Amino acid sequence: MRKLLAIAAAVALAGVAAGCGEKSSVTVYKQGQYQGKPDKQPWDNDQFKSDKAAWEKAVKSRNLGQNEYVRVSGG
Amino acid sequence: MARMKFLCDAERCIECNGCVTACKQEHEVPWGVNRRRVVTLNDGVPGEKSISVACMHCSDAPCMAVCPVDCFYKTSEGVVLHDKDLCIGCGYCFYACPFGAPQFPQDGAFGLRGKMDKCTFCAGGPETDFSAAEFRKYGRNRLAEGKLPACAEMCSTKALLGGDGDVIADIYRNRVLKRGKGSEVWGWGTAYGKPEKQPAAQPGAKS
Repeated sequence: MRKLLAIAAAVALAGVAAGCGEKSSVTVYKQGQYQGKPDKQPWDNDQFKSDKAAWEKAVKSRNLGQNEYVRVSGG
Repeated sequence: MARMKFLCDAERCIECNGCVTACKQEHEVPWGVNRRRVVTLNDGVPGEKSISVACMHCSDAPCMAVCPVDCFYKTSEGVVLHDKDLCIGCGYCFYACPFGAPQFPQDGAFGLRGKMDKCTFCAGGPETDFSAAEFRKYGRNRLAEGKLPACAEMCSTKALLGGDGDVIADIYRNRVLKRGKGSEVWGWGTAYGKPEKQPAAQPGAKS
């Protein structure tokens, strides 16, 4: 009888403990990660030789070239 | 450097389609694919407005969010690019994009939908810079040459500006402040100068 009670108690304890391990079934959306090939930075090439400042300077001068109020006098 | 952006000035765009042609020529874009196009509102009605539209390289790009194979990535300059080797041509990005930027070339004998193609801000893609594979898949990599997108640099009226968001915003702000608004922007006053001020009539003088 005692043996049966001990077994029943062990089974009940295992059942109760199993409830604690239940995982939430609500899906949490995570932002997907890029799965493709890695890309290099635009300044990592023979022209700029990984010089980010030189690349930024080149792009900025092109950028400012779009302002014709500066390019053409008397604007 | 801030994020790379496009800005189109509807007051200046003359619907010449120079940007569309420049893009097509620069990247040898196949027939049926338009990475950039000019949209005109109230076409034919006086005061019609045109803007040049392509991928706007969104800060929170919906195409990136919906892609089932996660083939999109964003460069440190804020340019949204994708890996064509991974793209399955499902078209989800086309439905998600508010600008209709993703294009799907017809591929194969039965006109199957090919891999997605879109504006790269002339930044190529995830292939070796200046390689034949990069040019074939994504077009020319002008950004790695220290240049800006061909469409913006080719724009004859400078309606389309492209580049560092802060810089082009300053150019546009300066332009708007100088040109004024309404008839000061276009029309008789701009073409023939501002009308001279009439001297104020003297009180009691015969008119």
